[in-house]
Amino acid sequence: MSENERDFTIKSYLDFLAEKKLMGSKCKNCNATYVPVRKLCTKCNTANMEWIEMSGKGKLAAFTSITVGTPFFVEKGYGRNKPYCFSVIKLDEGPMVSGQLIGVDESKPETIKIETPVKAIFLETELKGETRVDLGFEPV
Amino acid sequence: MGKLARKVALVGAGMCKFGANFPHQRNPDMWVEAWLDAVRRTDNGIEPKDIDACYVGNYSSDLFNHQGHLGPQMAGLVGLVPKPASRFEGACASSGIAFRQAIIAIASGIHDVVCVSGVECMTELPTTGVTDVLATASDSLFEYPAGATFPGLYATLASAHFHKYGTTVEDLMRVAIKNHENGKENPYAQMQSSIKDIMNSKISKIKASGGEIPDWKDEFDFLKSRSNPMIAYPLRLFDCSLVTDGAACLFIAAGDVAKKFTDTPIWITGTGQGSAELSMHDRESLTSFIATKEAARQAYEMSGLKPKDIQIAEVHDCFTIAEIVALEDLGFYEKGKAVDAIKNGETKRDGSLPINVSGGLKSKGHPVGATGAAFAVEAFKQMRGIAERNRQVKFDVERMLTHNLGGSGATCVVTIFEK
Ligand SMILES: [Zn+2]
Repeated sequence: MSENERDFTIKSYLDFLAEKKLMGSKCKNCNATYVPVRKLCTKCNTANMEWIEMSGKGKLAAFTSITVGTPFFVEKGYGRNKPYCFSVIKLDEGPMVSGQLIGVDESKPETIKIETPVKAIFLETELKGETRVDLGFEPV
Repeated sequence: MGKLARKVALVGAGMCKFGANFPHQRNPDMWVEAWLDAVRRTDNGIEPKDIDACYVGNYSSDLFNHQGHLGPQMAGLVGLVPKPASRFEGACASSGIAFRQAIIAIASGIHDVVCVSGVECMTELPTTGVTDVLATASDSLFEYPAGATFPGLYATLASAHFHKYGTTVEDLMRVAIKNHENGKENPYAQMQSSIKDIMNSKISKIKASGGEIPDWKDEFDFLKSRSNPMIAYPLRLFDCSLVTDGAACLFIAAGDVAKKFTDTPIWITGTGQGSAELSMHDRESLTSFIATKEAARQAYEMSGLKPKDIQIAEVHDCFTIAEIVALEDLGFYEKGKAVDAIKNGETKRDGSLPINVSGGLKSKGHPVGATGAAFAVEAFKQMRGIAERNRQVKFDVERMLTHNLGGSGATCVVTIFEK
């Protein structure tokens, strides 16, 4: 299915992620950009979107290194002795997104610097025989 | 718009002892205890026949206790059926919303007297289960799969605040130390001990077991040690509020019927509620809560008061960083300056703006759905001069504010009380 035949739904956004594409929706009326996707532009109250692919480039806006993780991350082997980073990234196109930050020293979080340039990666996890893809980031 | 169509007063308030009350007590048991406490504190008494409706604030009895439909359950236990009974949900601001809706219902003339209930029983689940339930108050579609926990989201906010304003872990620790000092004076609190007490009892235990005695000079050393484990950098265990079971009860009445219950009603002169995007990444600011600013704006406007007029406040310290951000967003201090005020002791019980004299969620405990109503219980006590032990502030409290935040800041209710 070509990009602009896909509905502006969460499923479409996740399908794109599974194809290793970070896609957002751009308002044809006012150019506001949304990642993850939205169908309704809350800047101008119109529902007139088109898909655009994000560069995946951005800067670290805020983060934490988590030692007491969610069940999903515990299942992936993270915990007290192996913390992981949750981050909020400001994409170069403007929107902010959440994702795991890898390629940093999670056990020395004071060494991780806000505003570090990062790029999107697609994290594959095998769970119960299925592969899921999650958005992540790493320093450029 | 933005005005109460008639006067509304708090005429009675009470709570059960907060703590890990399950399995000794479940929601119905704690609720009846809170009701009896509130009835006892209503000067001329109050009976079910005086009350028109029951508004219940609860976050997640469905997931914590496998029980929905709390409105009629709570109403039935105190003789309020067949009157209207409803549950309100807004994460940790659930009973703040129930309280506000009671105020609005009375101001509208629909009801004269409403009973507000806040209940939550969290320790029925193990800690991992509690963490998972709390995470549903944030965005489960995009934040949760990225690894966000509830402390993790506030830790993320803290990282941005540290970066922008130079806030430090010592600044966070001062909030925890102060709130525990206050909670020590609250017989209803879950942890009635100061951090120094906790530190000294740790040292005694280590001595008794023949272990190597730690060289902690003060609470700060203790709070930086392995005895205070990291949860989500920069937040450690003592930066987080407690997992708590509890209930609180409020009686709210229209101005012209309030005198039936008491000669000294506490007037509710301002109420405001705000919202924000559920996901933190969808918000403009990562260092401030727009929901707090909006709720505060409405409440100040309604009461005609300004931040400098407020003498004492209870703010939502679910995490230490949240208290710092609240003091800024409520207009008490400029952005980045609240930490100086805390360092100078201004927010201590004997300071110029006492904050969380109840002990806060940090020490009193945080049964999420009961927290909003419990803030009003402390306002009731401080404004009447009846707070227990050494917790009562040393001046006559005429104007007090409470701030109740939901989830990672997507809901906020602010209330202003006057005598
Ligand atoms: Zn638009």
